[in-house]
Amino acid sequence: MKFGVIVFPGSNCDHDAFYAVANNLGQPAEFIWHDSSSLGDVDAVILPGGFSYGDYLRCGAIAKFSPVMAAVRKFAADGGLVLGVCNGFQILVEAGLLPGALIRNRGLKFICRELRLSVATTNSPYTSAGQKDQVLRMPIAHGEGCYIADERTLDALEAEDRVAFRYIDNANGSLRNIAGVLNRERNVMGMMPHPERATEPLMGSTDGLIVFQSMIQTMLQATFLTTPRAAAIP
Amino acid sequence: MSAAFSPEIIAQHQLTPGEYRKVVDILGRQPTYTELGIFAVMWSEHCSYKSSRVHLKKLPTRGKLVVQGPGENAGIIDIGGGYVIAFKIESHNHPSFIEPLQGAATGVGGILRDIFTMGARPIAVMDSLRFGRLDQVGQASRPVGSSSSSVGQASAGRLVGQASAGQSERSSDSSSAARNRRIVSGVVAGIAHYGNCFGVPTVGGECIFEPCYDGNPLVNVFALGVCRKEEVFYAKAAGVGNPVIYVGARTGRDGIHGASMASAEFTEESKQKRPNVQVGDPFMEKLLLEACIEAMRTGAIVGIQDMGAAGLTCSTCEMGSRGEVGIEIELDRVPQRETGMTPYEIMLSESQERMLLVADKGREDEVFRVFKKWGLEAAEIGTVTDDGKLRVRHHGEIVAEIPNRELADEAPLYHRPYTVPPKVAQAIGLRTPANVHAALPALLAAPDICSKRWIWEQYDYQVRTNTLTVPEQTDAAIVRVKETGTSIAMSLDGNGRYTYLSPREGAQLAVAECCRNLSVVGALPVAATNCLNFGNPERPEIMAQLVEAIEGMSDACRFFDTPITGGNVSLYNETLGEGIYPTPVIGMVGLMKTAAPVTMGFKNAGRSVILLGGAGTCDEVRFGGTQYAKEIEKQLWGLPPALDLLHEKRVQEAVREIVAAGLAESAHDLSDGGLAVALAECCFGTAEIGARIDLDSDLRPEVLAFHEAPSRILISTARPLQVAAIAERHGVPSPVIGVTIEQGMEIRQRGNTLGSWDIAALRAAYEGALEAHVR
Repeated sequence: MKFGVIVFPGSNCDHDAFYAVANNLGQPAEFIWHDSSSLGDVDAVILPGGFSYGDYLRCGAIAKFSPVMAAVRKFAADGGLVLGVCNGFQILVEAGLLPGALIRNRGLKFICRELRLSVATTNSPYTSAGQKDQVLRMPIAHGEGCYIADERTLDALEAEDRVAFRYIDNANGSLRNIAGVLNRERNVMGMMPHPERATEPLMGSTDGLIVFQSMIQTMLQATFLTTPRAAAIP
Repeated sequence: MSAAFSPEIIAQHQLTPGEYRKVVDILGRQPTYTELGIFAVMWSEHCSYKSSRVHLKKLPTRGKLVVQGPGENAGIIDIGGGYVIAFKIESHNHPSFIEPLQGAATGVGGILRDIFTMGARPIAVMDSLRFGRLDQVGQASRPVGSSSSSVGQASAGRLVGQASAGQSERSSDSSSAARNRRIVSGVVAGIAHYGNCFGVPTVGGECIFEPCYDGNPLVNVFALGVCRKEEVFYAKAAGVGNPVIYVGARTGRDGIHGASMASAEFTEESKQKRPNVQVGDPFMEKLLLEACIEAMRTGAIVGIQDMGAAGLTCSTCEMGSRGEVGIEIELDRVPQRETGMTPYEIMLSESQERMLLVADKGREDEVFRVFKKWGLEAAEIGTVTDDGKLRVRHHGEIVAEIPNRELADEAPLYHRPYTVPPKVAQAIGLRTPANVHAALPALLAAPDICSKRWIWEQYDYQVRTNTLTVPEQTDAAIVRVKETGTSIAMSLDGNGRYTYLSPREGAQLAVAECCRNLSVVGALPVAATNCLNFGNPERPEIMAQLVEAIEGMSDACRFFDTPITGGNVSLYNETLGEGIYPTPVIGMVGLMKTAAPVTMGFKNAGRSVILLGGAGTCDEVRFGGTQYAKEIEKQLWGLPPALDLLHEKRVQEAVREIVAAGLAESAHDLSDGGLAVALAECCFGTAEIGARIDLDSDLRPEVLAFHEAPSRILISTARPLQVAAIAERHGVPSPVIGVTIEQGMEIRQRGNTLGSWDIAALRAAYEGALEAHVR
């Protein structure tokens, strides 16, 4: 399964996402430059962490206007898997592909820390390889990761089982401990913790593999289901 | 040409009359105003090292792994597998006092450019910070009569000895404590802002608080990058007729004379120098990094240098001088963000995020294409010439014409007179009744010792997924090089208290501590960089500190075979005539095979606790520089701990072998706060295992628990006999002093309990202190 990693000016976890997918999961991967209008032949897209365009305005507020985002929108509308991590999550929220907003951490400081989160649903292409309520250890590294939305949206997210991950250690003040959310169609997911930083024993945790393994399994199944059988069975 | 400048103008440029005469000699005429500015910055202490150069030559700079020693933007070491690392430390002390956030941020930006201008992608940053005291120290734990006024009774942090007059009183002033808190918050936020956005992990460092840094904080930033050996770039111009290209941010009026500001003492007016501090844009720097590395790969770049201190002036004349060529530029072509800038301002601006490069004639377009892709401005501003001169034109007219070599390399050289370092009283008795039990939590909460989590959690220490360590869980930070299977261990150390008591020994202790930190995680120290922070070199006793510290450092680096491949000197760290402690900071790098590191935390109960190197000894004179003396006795006296270099080396060889053999479950060297503090830190591991030790020693209990003799390492092991065998082979004592236990920590001396603690309570003191101090 081929992963495309979008590179915005200022992305700085692009190499890490690429390394995790290519090296630790053995999948083909390629970088996609922010001004390309097409995603090529990738099967899934990752919007990596970083400070796109410096994030001097609201995080992700400029990146959403990048030419590549039109292609990402279309890819998502066609059911493609789009994972946003950290700044990638902020961009997806700014682009309206995910609900809610990410504001400054409650403590008003950047926090880099490994913490615990739990799998809130296994009904998603990003969590299907996990167990419900499974405790995962992953790092966060952000200054603006406090997830907020109005009550109605939060209620809807929960009613529709669209909370992918919840913090057990809620360091940024996110409402209802939300660490990751899905769109209504469940093919777009954003999360503040960094799964790509937890894909190898030397990184201190391998719990992030679940996210990528879930994606790979989902895509393999989809390929299996959509491949015309007629050709295979004469 | 023009007439001679008035003595006032010359003095404003911090040139002496003698230096001005030399300028006239070199030019064979009076300088223009632009030329005067150019000479002033290039011959400033910051750029020319005119007071320190004769002594810096004493440092060892060669070694079999050294690819590039001092003289370039950074030193380079061969790490094998076709790769090299580039690293250096630099100070940004003065700007960080005037504008803490931007001062520190641009400090990070400057050193990062030094690394990637050599073709190396930065993979780690560390910082060594010194601030004034945050607490109103008079109220600290001193018993009866604490901050009373009688001389000798001494309020907190008081130095004993003549040279210290006034050092203490400032700090008990609550407004200075408040200001220091602002400086701490600003500096940390600045480092976080720049490093996090740029995408380089800030993996470690150190942070110390002393009243002497009240008006003069130190911000020393270390950066390290990696690249393929054949892809190293040098800051050398070559090829007559080749285009000189300017890249990156536009030039503004910010930072003019920053280098000369950094070469003067602070006065009350210094705060008005805020416009001299530059403003950093880490996003621009990130683009510059990616674009430069991509442009270098085109093969069309001949030489490249960042514009740091002294901006366009320094980059042009240094590149020309190194290449023994001339450079001619037209300032009209320099991208400018303000209108009406004079040649003087353009040449002296220290606007950030700018690079100067020389490209192969005919291949400029390849370079321009890359910068365009990254949305960066690039402009051809001049050409390489054959006459060895820096020729600057403005609207076509020559405004400066100076021989490069004389400007860059023939700066005045001073053999400044030096006497002996200030003397410190030799022995103040221990006056506080010994209470190890009460002293340990107090020391763990002391600003110098307590957890710096509040600081390092604001730094992204993991980005690039190479960091193998979490701050404060190992003695050295470790960053792997994915391409080679090699990891780089690194450590920063400098102890101003020790160096004040004895510059020579203090510098040696810093080198030894750094090497020990690396050895404890199993890495072999291979090279170092230094940042020498001192007071006014025109004062003979300060100059003596500098000379002795350099000599001590030199001896120790030779002994450990760790050449100094570059660094930085920051002098005039004085405010209102009061100098800082002499503070040489060492940044040491070591190599090891990539593997999960041995951390300091105990892992299992029932393991032997070994004190590799032995309990050591310490008399009262050598106890005066300890954290115990500082925090409990509120004094500084005597001499730093005694260092036996040969013994130290053996201990390090032994620990490296023990770690490599996989025998150590945990390892941690003894440092500030001595044995008791180190033991507590081992108990703060994630496994939450405690320890009980019993020491066979005649020392006074508080000396035994808290003395800071070097060459000692705490190891927990399931195989004490094998550890002992290795230690014995190296001629190093390795007494088993105790055992790890399920909970609690206890220290005994020949069976008598000196202290027994609940670990959660100790941890609370250790973890909560800094945040409480900063708020």
